[in-house]
Amino acid sequence: MKIVKVLGSGCANCENTAKLISEAAKAKGVEVKIEKVEDMAQIMAYGVMSTPGVVIDETVVHAGGIPDKAKIDSWL
Amino acid sequence: MFEQLGNFIAFQLLGLVSSSQLGAAVQFFIMDVSKIFIMLLIIIYIMGLLRALLTPEKVRAYVRGKPKWLARTLAILLGAVTPFCSCSSVPLFIGFVEAGIPLGVTFSFLIASPMINEVAVVILAGVLGWKLTALYVGAGLFVAYVGGIIMEQFKPEKWVEEYVWKIQMGEMAQIKEDTSLLGRHRHAWGEVKEIVGRIWKWVFIGIAVGAAFHGFVPESWVVANLGGDNWLATPLAVLMGVPLYSSATGVIPIAEAMIGKGVAIGTTLALMMSIAALSLPEMLILRKVIKWPALAIYASVLAVSFTLVGWAFNFIVA
Repeated sequence: MKIVKVLGSGCANCENTAKLISEAAKAKGVEVKIEKVEDMAQIMAYGVMSTPGVVIDETVVHAGGIPDKAKIDSWL
Repeated sequence: MFEQLGNFIAFQLLGLVSSSQLGAAVQFFIMDVSKIFIMLLIIIYIMGLLRALLTPEKVRAYVRGKPKWLARTLAILLGAVTPFCSCSSVPLFIGFVEAGIPLGVTFSFLIASPMINEVAVVILAGVLGWKLTALYVGAGLFVAYVGGIIMEQFKPEKWVEEYVWKIQMGEMAQIKEDTSLLGRHRHAWGEVKEIVGRIWKWVFIGIAVGAAFHGFVPESWVVANLGGDNWLATPLAVLMGVPLYSSATGVIPIAEAMIGKGVAIGTTLALMMSIAALSLPEMLILRKVIKWPALAIYASVLAVSFTLVGWAFNFIVA
């Protein structure tokens, strides 16, 4: 199971990102656990300044803007 | 081409009279919607293909550890080419502080970034010509440079929220970029969707306000009240910009309509800068990292600088 963290202080883009990832995972049949990280100190600890950021199994794979579908599929 | 499209739809399809106020407003609206949105799509897509859009993470890496004058120059120039969403000003501020970048330099970046970006610059040039664009960019860079230095004199460190100093930032692993042609296309298209999705409403509102001004405000009134001779018009324009917020691109059609009607150039530039860089929503966001006194000084420094720049241009051009 993959642990996916969506970094962002609760903006609309962050919500969308989390939703897109969970939809893509469902479509592919991949098991994921999505967590939203809203605490600024924790977000910055990943070195991310532009939100939303995406962390998969503790590796930052994306920062800034909503990721597109092809990108999300490649992570899963 | 866009003018003809505006004429065709407003006067032939809708049957409006070209000399009427409504006709003029509708023609302006259609012309600017088609022109500005087509330019937006093309410019952002090309920038995306070239991956020319910088991220705040890269800016931070370039600026950190440089001597102050160089740090400030870089912060402003990079700020001008970073399409920056005010929603990320908090992490950006913290990231800069954590990197040991002086606060004054951070303020310079925060001033330059919303006011100038390459997308707005190309559209501004397309709508108002290179001369005015150069004036706007020059004024923006100047205010950002000097504004940051003035902020420094107040020693704003004492107003930074306590928790900001404590945050430890991790090193981000380099994100693998797909540099194939398809990858670039996907990235570019993503940028188009993201940026247009974020700013389209500001651009629409800006065009609507510009169109209303163009159609309904009589030129004689404008020349009498908002011309270069009226000193008060410039600070009033700056004050008007404070509660208003729009992206830099959304301000352009308003400026186009104002200049077309004879509003003094300095007054127009002052309003543009104020709407793009000095706004209540942005101040409230920054409140998460700095206390009220620093925000008040920041807003005052900007308001005074915009007014002085506006006056200077009105004086020079007149």
